[in-house]
Amino acid sequence: MVTTVSQKTNSTVLKTVPMTQVELLKYYRDMLLIRRFEERSGQLYGMGLIAGFCHLYIGQEAVVVGIQAVLQPQDTVITAYRDHGHMLACDMDPKGVMAELTGRIGGYSKGKGGSMHMFSREKNFFGGHGIVGAQVPLGTGLAFAHKYRADGGICTIYMGDGAVNQGQVYEAFNMAALWKLPALYIIENNGYSMGTSIARHAAGQHLYERGIAYGIPGEEVDGMDVLAVKAAAEKAVQYVRETNSPMILEIKTYRYRGHSMSDPAKYRTKEEVDNMRQNFDPIERAKALLISEFSVAEETFSSIEKEIKEIVLESVEFAQTSPEPEASELMTDILINP
Amino acid sequence: MTLETSTITVREALRDAMAEEMRKDPLIFLMGEEVAEYQGAYKVSQGLLEEFGTKRVIDTPITEHGFAGLGVGAAFAGLKPIVEFMTFNFGMQAIDQIINSAAKTLYMSGGQMGCPIVFRGPNGAAKRVGAQHSQCYASWYAHCPGLKVIAPYDASDAKGLLKAAIRDPNPVIFLENEMLYGQAFPAPTGEDEVIPIGKARIVRSGKDVTITTFSLMVGVALQAAEQLASEGIDVEVIDLRTIRPLDEQTILQSVMKTNRLVTLEEGWGFAGIGSEISSLVMEQAFDYLDAPVKRVVGTDVPMPYAESLVKLTIPQVEWVIDAVKQVCYR
Repeated sequence: MVTTVSQKTNSTVLKTVPMTQVELLKYYRDMLLIRRFEERSGQLYGMGLIAGFCHLYIGQEAVVVGIQAVLQPQDTVITAYRDHGHMLACDMDPKGVMAELTGRIGGYSKGKGGSMHMFSREKNFFGGHGIVGAQVPLGTGLAFAHKYRADGGICTIYMGDGAVNQGQVYEAFNMAALWKLPALYIIENNGYSMGTSIARHAAGQHLYERGIAYGIPGEEVDGMDVLAVKAAAEKAVQYVRETNSPMILEIKTYRYRGHSMSDPAKYRTKEEVDNMRQNFDPIERAKALLISEFSVAEETFSSIEKEIKEIVLESVEFAQTSPEPEASELMTDILINP
Repeated sequence: MTLETSTITVREALRDAMAEEMRKDPLIFLMGEEVAEYQGAYKVSQGLLEEFGTKRVIDTPITEHGFAGLGVGAAFAGLKPIVEFMTFNFGMQAIDQIINSAAKTLYMSGGQMGCPIVFRGPNGAAKRVGAQHSQCYASWYAHCPGLKVIAPYDASDAKGLLKAAIRDPNPVIFLENEMLYGQAFPAPTGEDEVIPIGKARIVRSGKDVTITTFSLMVGVALQAAEQLASEGIDVEVIDLRTIRPLDEQTILQSVMKTNRLVTLEEGWGFAGIGSEISSLVMEQAFDYLDAPVKRVVGTDVPMPYAESLVKLTIPQVEWVIDAVKQVCYR
């Protein structure tokens, strides 16, 4: 639960983070793209065009947009299965993401991965992993490779609050600290490990402290404020890159939808969700700030909305017209022929 | 053509394979428990730290799930890790990363995410080390698409197949055997003696009955064959060498010649390698069989400690002789 956030838009962050209108508008746009894309994903799921597990990112957009804003092209990114937002924030093509959701050949994994398993070598996005916590050692291995090659890159490893109780997360923390690996661990704390609230799943509520035993510094961040996320990310990324050491950011956020499409979310009240939507929504807060601090006109917002609508529509059309994979695809990509 | 050979132990063969490949390719590194300063829990990595340094020969904490996952991530990034498990029993901690991450990601990514990694270490029973340290993982890993599974017997195969495993762009499970580490065999000295993955070897040719086996049990099969020869039964022994992909043709051709088959493995029989081979032969060479296939397997119990009980658990030469006589109706 996010309780520490001011109900008003927080312009103090703006004063401490040098920010131009162009930058903030970009974050606004990137968050809105994720929001609209996910809303359409939910609709397509309801229509039966997307199947299986589908975990929407709605409400959490400021997290990935704020973090990705400060990464360099050589940096790598890995996450778990609530991954659509991360892919869009990594500049992956919405058409390829949506077509993977519908299981088509034009999808990022040719229809073999689905919602939870997409990758882009070109964009340094390493998935898309379905086993809670497994992406943490994997990402630590990506960080190991950055160090091995001395390419100056860092790996940003996203996990949910549910992942922090997996043993392998601490195995990874230990090695990252011991070997000084450039790994930035992002805990997206949306308050619920599926249907189990943090109060019921975590001993000690401060997840940013989970690296203390390994000497890994951590910080708590308001994840409903894209500028707060960006500011924290800037410092954290600089620390990881310059010291070649891991760091943890616990980013307090909230998902408006259920854990997956099949979750009616009966473990929380409607009032709780409504309060978050109405008073803490990251997109509305960014918009309010753009109006109050930069006097951005309503036409600008409507033209962004229009642009995004077109991108999402285009992705939906592609995802419905791209063919399903042929039977000849079934037995390919199992092994690489040497 | 005759190869230049020298007699080396399996332990030295494995070390030489790694050293030769590491000299050629700076992306290859070795990680695992006690592989560096201790020189390997079973001394397989002797001398590698001195030659390649701490960047490429890395002692890990005891953290199998973690370092297996870290290795897979490094392989996704294009490095070529050799991950040593002190034994494959401990590798069971890491089986999620091996199967869900290493084996499946190429497919799940539509071919984007290759994983050039070798998981190696001793597999199966050593001498009276109890139930948790004595298990054969051949059928566990061979079950899974996306993996290659190798289990060599002699020094030549250990070297040539480990080199092939390291060069392979896919995840490879390389099952060694502690009881073989100290055994010496002739092996080629050339640096390019790579043995192809997926090819079985007929280690003894015969006309009356075929035995398929792998790893330490090749020696047991050869001893049984010697004794049976003195009783007038001519046994063909196939060392599978690679479990996945299985060299089906070599098995089928042999069975079509001998018309009788005994499978031999140290692991449990249920859903084991012998079961798989029995199915293969039933499906593709049924009409060639003159007797039902007989499986010789480890007894269906956790490995006991007492020597008297161990002998009743691990396949013995006499068990193989009995099985061969059964399929020969002798």
